[in-house]
Amino acid sequence: MSKKSYRQAINEALAQEMRRDPTVIVMGEDNVGGMGAPGEDDAWGGVLGVTKGLMPEFGRDRVLDTPITESAFIGAAVGAAATGLRPVAELMFVDFLGVCFDQIFNQAAKFRYMFGGKAVTPVVIRTMYGAGFRAASQHSQCLYPIFTHIPGLKVVVPSSAYEAKGLLIQSIRDNDPVIFLEHKVLYDEIEEVPDEPYTIPFGEANLTREGDHVTIVALGRMVGFANKAADMLEKEGITCTVVDPRTTSPLDEDTIIEAVEDTGRLVVVDEASPRCGMAADISALVAQSAFKALKAPILMVTPPHTPVPFAPELEDAYIPTPDKIADAVRRVMA
Amino acid sequence: MQLNREELLQSYRTMCTIREFEERVHTEFSEGGIPGFVHLYAGEEASAVGVCSHLDDRDNIASTHRGHGHCIAKGCDVVGMMKEIFGRGDGLCGGKGGSMHIADLSRGMMGANGIVGGGPPLICGAALTAKTLKTGGVAVAFVGDGASNQGTTLESFNLAKVWNLPVIFVVEDNGYAEATASAWSVAGTQAKRAAAFGMTAHELDGNDFFAIHQAAGEVIERARDGGGPSLLHVKLTRYFGHFEGDAMSYRAPGEVETARRERDPLKFFRQRVTAAGLLEPAQLDGIESEVRSLIDQSVSLSKSAPAPSPERLLTDVYVSY
Ligand SMILES: Cc1ncc(C[n+]2csc(CCOP(=O)(O)OP(=O)(O)O)c2C)c(N)n1
Repeated sequence: MSKKSYRQAINEALAQEMRRDPTVIVMGEDNVGGMGAPGEDDAWGGVLGVTKGLMPEFGRDRVLDTPITESAFIGAAVGAAATGLRPVAELMFVDFLGVCFDQIFNQAAKFRYMFGGKAVTPVVIRTMYGAGFRAASQHSQCLYPIFTHIPGLKVVVPSSAYEAKGLLIQSIRDNDPVIFLEHKVLYDEIEEVPDEPYTIPFGEANLTREGDHVTIVALGRMVGFANKAADMLEKEGITCTVVDPRTTSPLDEDTIIEAVEDTGRLVVVDEASPRCGMAADISALVAQSAFKALKAPILMVTPPHTPVPFAPELEDAYIPTPDKIADAVRRVMA
Repeated sequence: MQLNREELLQSYRTMCTIREFEERVHTEFSEGGIPGFVHLYAGEEASAVGVCSHLDDRDNIASTHRGHGHCIAKGCDVVGMMKEIFGRGDGLCGGKGGSMHIADLSRGMMGANGIVGGGPPLICGAALTAKTLKTGGVAVAFVGDGASNQGTTLESFNLAKVWNLPVIFVVEDNGYAEATASAWSVAGTQAKRAAAFGMTAHELDGNDFFAIHQAAGEVIERARDGGGPSLLHVKLTRYFGHFEGDAMSYRAPGEVETARRERDPLKFFRQRVTAAGLLEPAQLDGIESEVRSLIDQSVSLSKSAPAPSPERLLTDVYVSY
């Protein structure tokens, strides 16, 4: 065990899997940096330094920089996965999904089904998401509900450094296409992370705390916010169970339902847009499967149905906060 | 294409405005006043100005993440731009877009763009409008060397040609896309790519305003006359990092300093016009100091401008809903 940032945890997962399995390769725009340029090699290691140090250890044949051509290189990762490699391709910001989506949702996601169970496409697409960077409408979205909507894709939303390492190793070893979403605001968050490789299975939610009154389901960065809200509420005598589903596909429905059956109240927190998102999806699940246990209407805490604004004051008002979560909990308790 | 005195003065003023604007944003950013991602255009001024000085409000341009220079050259209000970059409520886009999304559709400025390669398809659309409505307008897509590899760009080459659209693609090749050299990332050459699509292409020195102005004038005139799309490949130097905060370790030591010293587009312009006796140094000095006070003013107005009011979070998503 040692203290590691979310960034280091991801980097370590990549390095350990590359050591273990020579078919694991990494690719993306400036994942190394300095390609063809006169200055330093390994100049960037990705735009926020997540892949730094991989090229010096594994060489350019296994850590590939790409031209800016997402459709081609994400598609190439998919094709390589279908033919014997285990590529981890980086889509720098999830917002760039628009440029390459066909290769993900019509190609990677559907090979196995369309080809009658014969295809195996073990590709991982790592991508950065989320608001809070003042990065405006085209660099701040969550979009994981879009991937979750597509049968054939697995979708991973790690909420901390420990989660990120175990879930990324699982993603690389998994035989299906996996979208691995890294929240850009979490990269410098530090916690104890084992030094050895370990996996966290998909579809097994994590209860970060257990309480009597309200179940809060939250994803990614919102898990930390939900725990903060729960800390605040504890002082008021309200105790919460906080469920981190870890993966939106597969979704651990049983754990969510059991937690709501125990508390009788549900607040779902999602940083993604409210319509057709995970908050709505989980609310529908609970309304269908745990209706009798509910003592109050379900509340969703999400941003409004708008793009992410640039101005700091507006962006802060956009993002769900621990205070907004705590308010929702108080309302379901009222 | 001979420029008269007025036009020369105007061109110099616009280039200086871009330079001063960018130098100032650089300083203000490093002092912590500006949020978000900022990509500066300093060093590339002759391209935006050499091209846009042929355009008027019926013409559209699409820009990139490195958009401030294109915005200024297309006539966007400089104070409104600075306020936008500071995220103020009375910024050009109400503080909702920031540096990467400055736009002024009334001036034919269709937006800086956060998506590399986002502009070329849009500009085919603007050209289609001009052609269909017979406005006489043309449409210009500025793209970086990096963006020249996007499918959207290459598809737009084809579409512009087969629809015979009044489009000019300006590939601004500053040698890098982020930390990746264009010498590595671009297969073939821009000019041969254009030729393969049946487009005329010019390879241009990005420090030479006059060469760019001349070539742009020709291809824009041809496009206006129904002669279809062309491409300009402009080689330039970006003076700052890819974005503010980039340590630039991938560049050769002294690369920028040498370019600034030996191949600066503003110095080049000054030398050319004063040596030819077209303008007096004092006139150029005068412009520089006027520009400085304009930029000073834009910064101080931005600093004291109000944040967007909270209800603005919910407005402008749709025209009606
Ligand atoms: C679709 C997409 N891919 C990647 C990026 C990240 N990105 C922003 S600017 C940039 C480099 C662009 O290089 P170039 O087109 O040469 O323009 P320059 O920055 O040199 O002006 C990259 C990779 C993006 N914004 N959009």
